[in-house]
Amino acid sequence: MGCAVILFPVLPILFIFLFFLQNNSIKTSKYNFFTFLPLNLFEQFQRIANAYFLFLLILQLIPQISSLAWFTTVVPLVLVLAVSGVKDAIDDFVRSILLTCTLDLSVCVQADLLLLSSSEPHSLTYIETAELDGETNLKVKQALTVTAELGEDLQKLTEFNGEVKCEAPNNKLDKFTGTLTLRGEKYALDNEKMLLRGCTIRNTEWCFGLVIYAGPDTKLMQNSGKTTFKRTSIDRLMNVLVLVIFAFLALMCLILAIGNGIWEYDKGYYFQVYLPWAEGVNSASYSGFLMFWSYVIILNTVVPISLYVSVEIIRLGNSFYIDWDRKMYYPLNDTPAQARTTTLNEELGQIKYIFSDKTGTLTQNIMCFNKCSINGKSYGDVYDMSGQRIEINENTEKVDFSYNQLADPKFAFYDHSLVEAVKLSDVPTHRFFRLLSLCHTVMPEEKKEGNLVYQAQSPDEGALVTAARNFGFVFRARTPETITIVEMGETKIYKLLAILDFNNVRKRMSVIVRSPEGDLTLYCKGADTILYELLHSSCDTLKEETTEHLNEFAGEGLRTLVVAYKNLDEDYFQEWIRRHHEASTALEGREDKLSELYEEIEKDLMLLGATAIEDKLQDGVPQTIETLAKANIKIWVLTGDKQETAMNIGYSCNLLNDDMEDVFIIEGSTSDDVLNELRNARKKMKPDSFLDSDEINIQFEKSSKKPKIIPDEQANGVYGLVITGHSLAYALEGNLELELVRTACLCKVVICCRVTPLQKAQVVELVKKYKKAVTLAIGDGANDVSMIKTAHIGVGISGQEGMQAVLSSDFSFAQFRYLQRLLLVHGRWSYIRMCKFLKYFFYKNFAFTLVHFWYGFFSGFSAQTVYDEWFITLYNLVYTSLPVLGMSLFDQDVDDRWSMLFPQLYVPGQQNLYFNKTVFVKCMLQGIYSSLILFFIPYGAMYNTMRSDGKAIADYQSFALMAQTCLLIVVSVQIGLDTSYWTVVNQFFIWGSLSVYFAITFTMYSDGMYLIFTASFPFIGTARNTLSQPNVWLAIFLSITLCVLPVVGFRFLKAQLKPTPSDKVRRYLIKPEILCSRTRRLRRTSTRRSGYAFSHQHGFGALIMSGRNMRPKSPFLATSIKSGPEKPVSWFGLI
Amino acid sequence: VNKQYSFPTQGGETRPSRCPDNSAFKQQKLPAWKPQLTIATVLPSFFLTGAFCLAVGVCLILVSACLFLSQIDYSDKCSDCSKLRENSSNWNKECYCSVNFTLKEDILGDVFMYYGLQNFYQNHRRYVISRSDAQLLGRNVNRSYCAPFTTYRNGTPMAPCGAIANSMFNDTIDLFYNLNSSAIQVPVLKTGNSWWTDKNVKFRNPKSYNLSSAFAGTARPPYWHKPVYLLDEEDERNNGYVNEDLIIWMRVSAFATFRNLYRRVKRIRQFADGLPAGNYTFRISYNFPVTKFKGRKHVILSTVVWSGGSNPFLGIAYVVSGTAATLTGFVITAIHLKLRKKKTYFQK
Repeated sequence: MGCAVILFPVLPILFIFLFFLQNNSIKTSKYNFFTFLPLNLFEQFQRIANAYFLFLLILQLIPQISSLAWFTTVVPLVLVLAVSGVKDAIDDFVRSILLTCTLDLSVCVQADLLLLSSSEPHSLTYIETAELDGETNLKVKQALTVTAELGEDLQKLTEFNGEVKCEAPNNKLDKFTGTLTLRGEKYALDNEKMLLRGCTIRNTEWCFGLVIYAGPDTKLMQNSGKTTFKRTSIDRLMNVLVLVIFAFLALMCLILAIGNGIWEYDKGYYFQVYLPWAEGVNSASYSGFLMFWSYVIILNTVVPISLYVSVEIIRLGNSFYIDWDRKMYYPLNDTPAQARTTTLNEELGQIKYIFSDKTGTLTQNIMCFNKCSINGKSYGDVYDMSGQRIEINENTEKVDFSYNQLADPKFAFYDHSLVEAVKLSDVPTHRFFRLLSLCHTVMPEEKKEGNLVYQAQSPDEGALVTAARNFGFVFRARTPETITIVEMGETKIYKLLAILDFNNVRKRMSVIVRSPEGDLTLYCKGADTILYELLHSSCDTLKEETTEHLNEFAGEGLRTLVVAYKNLDEDYFQEWIRRHHEASTALEGREDKLSELYEEIEKDLMLLGATAIEDKLQDGVPQTIETLAKANIKIWVLTGDKQETAMNIGYSCNLLNDDMEDVFIIEGSTSDDVLNELRNARKKMKPDSFLDSDEINIQFEKSSKKPKIIPDEQANGVYGLVITGHSLAYALEGNLELELVRTACLCKVVICCRVTPLQKAQVVELVKKYKKAVTLAIGDGANDVSMIKTAHIGVGISGQEGMQAVLSSDFSFAQFRYLQRLLLVHGRWSYIRMCKFLKYFFYKNFAFTLVHFWYGFFSGFSAQTVYDEWFITLYNLVYTSLPVLGMSLFDQDVDDRWSMLFPQLYVPGQQNLYFNKTVFVKCMLQGIYSSLILFFIPYGAMYNTMRSDGKAIADYQSFALMAQTCLLIVVSVQIGLDTSYWTVVNQFFIWGSLSVYFAITFTMYSDGMYLIFTASFPFIGTARNTLSQPNVWLAIFLSITLCVLPVVGFRFLKAQLKPTPSDKVRRYLIKPEILCSRTRRLRRTSTRRSGYAFSHQHGFGALIMSGRNMRPKSPFLATSIKSGPEKPVSWFGLI
Repeated sequence: VNKQYSFPTQGGETRPSRCPDNSAFKQQKLPAWKPQLTIATVLPSFFLTGAFCLAVGVCLILVSACLFLSQIDYSDKCSDCSKLRENSSNWNKECYCSVNFTLKEDILGDVFMYYGLQNFYQNHRRYVISRSDAQLLGRNVNRSYCAPFTTYRNGTPMAPCGAIANSMFNDTIDLFYNLNSSAIQVPVLKTGNSWWTDKNVKFRNPKSYNLSSAFAGTARPPYWHKPVYLLDEEDERNNGYVNEDLIIWMRVSAFATFRNLYRRVKRIRQFADGLPAGNYTFRISYNFPVTKFKGRKHVILSTVVWSGGSNPFLGIAYVVSGTAATLTGFVITAIHLKLRKKKTYFQK
């Protein structure tokens, strides 16, 4: 594989930013030192949970209601507020630092500027807009002549006094209208004079601009959508569950309050001899009312305050793992992965749709001359002695180009036979490379003798010219009339007579040159589909052979061009060029006349061969896509690039392949066309979906206006869909929306090309609206910001020049291939950990709290707690917090290697299987069961019994101690059962928590504590007296057995009868599949498909012929500023 | 507006690499034990637990079979006294009542005498908190927790205060052994019946030269017949707050039905081996009214074994759980064997 890395050196840029419209800085920091405490507290109490706990605290201050000591609520609340507060402060601090420094380092244009003047002739400025629209070719902007005169004269620039009138800020990237009034004269302004924020200036030493829009008014920012606060589906589920729990809590309290009313009426009234009713209570029903609130306080632990904090801590911890992962660190630009949002981790384990940008995300934006076909012979593959084709890797021997002093050292090619053909002066081969060196619009630059740098308008052309250069046909210099070529060491000057420029309809370009020998030749290169129509009939055999090669190239996802030539007759040409001149000066219908002329001369061409260029993918992209596809993730590519280029990339990274039943292309230009195309596609994929009996149709028949979730449908095969931005605009309109979603979601792969940044967001929004699925958007440029913000999860590719995508992303890393590790390893683990955490957390709190409920029936519904108040305070905070945190930070059901090897492990997360309402109900039932055991076993064991020395044991304090010890051991055993990955830390946490429980209990119940804090620790001696009894331990053992053993049995049988994917993997029931991505690459295509893709733009031919972009002086341009490309000298000033 | 922006200097000092540390912790590669529920762990756990539970259960049942327990409900038998006590104006009238019973065989070993109350909600929240531990420690502190029995209207504080202390069980039960038509009072111990920590740490008398002066300025709770410093006039160390009847009463029960240790049979003379067979009489001074709230009073004689008093619950529960675990073990074995026969490699 030969690679010619096309470099666009970043030349030093001089900017003057005229900040007269708006301050371009962005305030991101929320707090300062003084406002932190009140603001943060205010924010925290806005969280419904915290407000609820504040309400509880207030309830507790009412003496008639207070059923618990104040500290049981205050201690956790203060702790929780402190932890969240510190986390917020850190987040805020980190965020503000990051933003300021990355913006400073960026070399992109940071505001929408009106170009005033530049270093280049005619005040041209070359820009790359990959950040904006994903297109990789260079574009040219030109300043007004009046402003171009200003040059770099700072004096004049500061005195520049004009008035710009322009439209209000909007999101149209390709349109700008305005006027400049200067010295009384009006000049029209259009988009050709604008440098938009997000574009990168290339091949231009300096330029001056006038800021038109800044900050949020820039077209880019107008396009990037609103920043919304993202929450995970588990967050939303948790909120629902919390409400369910509140309802459940209210129900329990109601039952107990009614119970209390009845009890007070039936028993309490008569028991007043010994226990008069509390002051102010004069009826049983009033007592019941008070008791309702007392029970709210006691039973509030079903929604423990530590839930939200623990969830935050777990997410934070799992985010750190992403930051720390060496396997997601990219050493070449020293970029580790980064979890920029720390609250979305578990969502990474549930992704169903990935929306990916193309340029810079899937591809490297580097073109390599990879293969070619010359005169019916294919070059580029390497064969071993036995004639077997061998894979090319780093160790394959490269072709030695040292015979050619002007060769580009970075170019690599492996097939030696091509060099031999060149050296043997094979005529077609020479003609082939001559064509490549002549037929293009590349500009050479030779700052030092022999150090050629090409400035290509499209990277494809750059790659082709570089290939020709290395094979001995060096394109050295050009003037508007001549092209200088060094052919096998011999300098030849060709007369350039005409450039028949490229455009999207012609899909070809030609040059007409006169060789030094005087021969007139037309060289043409273009799309195979177009050029084949123009060939001379004598080429038919060669055409067949070349077609075969083209098929092969297309099958490998290479971008192909066909090249042909034609010797021209002198007289005919003279006549033609005269007509051409007439046409090009015609005032009316110039374009039509020219294209007629072009067609006239571009026929009966002689086929030379074909070129195949590889649009270099990022490393490991096809494998990653294959793995993600196995994990049942659908991938949509959204790109601003052309349809051909997008489809080509689709093929080369295995998104599209020839095994697909069909690839539908939606390119209708009216609403009806688009609708028909979509319907036809769906008819083919799932004919039943048009029947009235189809479920979704029925559902939509009766549905009201509000958007419905469309369930997943199954197509009758594997299909792909390509839709252009123009059609997409129609498809995204009201009534077609649904049609688009249904059709697109039936396909395995969807490619949207020529889409604007806002459309990207709309597509994501569409899927979010109609599908119950988690979406992820990944991109690297500013044009991806909107979709990154819209998707549930936004991923930015970092380490590239622009940082806009990263800044608005939730996760960032340097390479697309890290996505599989982020999802399949980190995402899956985070999801499993979060689910396990929630299951356990709800379980332990149900088991803990419901014991009070049962005790109510035995204590006159008096809101008497079962446990010691200190135990209630410490249970969630100390005794049970660390083991579950340990599990949620360290647990792995299978290790990372296996997670990657078995992508199907990811599927349960997408289906939300590990934590949903059913699972929650199961946890609740298990909690209820445990609470029954935990109450009734100690109750039965203590009822009317005594110690082995005859003394009492059935007292309240002993019972409390026994119940809480049972509970704590049971939940500890349960966490042990849930933990599948026991690290040292887990061992330490679990055993440590149990020991701490006993240590704290014995300390609190000791003589000393009692004598010092008499009122706080009334349980003196209970631990010593109770825990020394054999029947207490027998009861504890029985509780554990009854709570845990059924769970063990149930889990074992479930894994046997209905194993989850991870059960299967762990029990070696699935054989690892050997990744077989390589084999597909070699497969021959059965159907003819064009591999044509060319990122070229119309207009450069005319520019070259006019000579406007040529420097008047020698190519060895002396510049006053000598700086390397990585060291932009910039100065920003203000007037 | 005049702002100057500058880029941070690049080059020069080399930045440290941002490559994350290669530590086992950060790379999530900590060595770990990965237990799994396999047939090899699940089956033994069921069978072993089952066997253990069965063994313990049988043991408990066998042991408690050797227990002696006699429980007499005297709130029925002393219905006259019950009726008298229903009217609180008769609070200072004495009422005695005798209950006879026969032991058919000797009771060997330590014999404990309990009083049992039924339907007495000692675990009611407002009851449980109505006490002052500081006061019972002999300290002079405010007794806000004692509501509604804190002070009298004239401001005299109650000692001890609170609903628990006020409702202290105050029947006197004596046991007589009817031998040859003469009644011998069975000797009993009224100390050593409470927890050591309660007696020695939790309860202390206020310091003074004598007990009555220590409680000067306080008054007995309204339901009490005598002040706290006269609870046991015979034994200085069983008087005042450290009186064991008070201590035991103050340790509130977890449930509305409970029994408290009242006396232990002192093993001397003919009672050296326990209680000999024969006719016995409980002579009860009936002071504690319970009929109003449908309460019941019992007097209980019992021996103990290593597993405590007579409570068949644990024994039965263990046997049932043991049986269930063993049976489940068999079910699991059966399912496993059935599955193994058709065990194939699930593809996907």
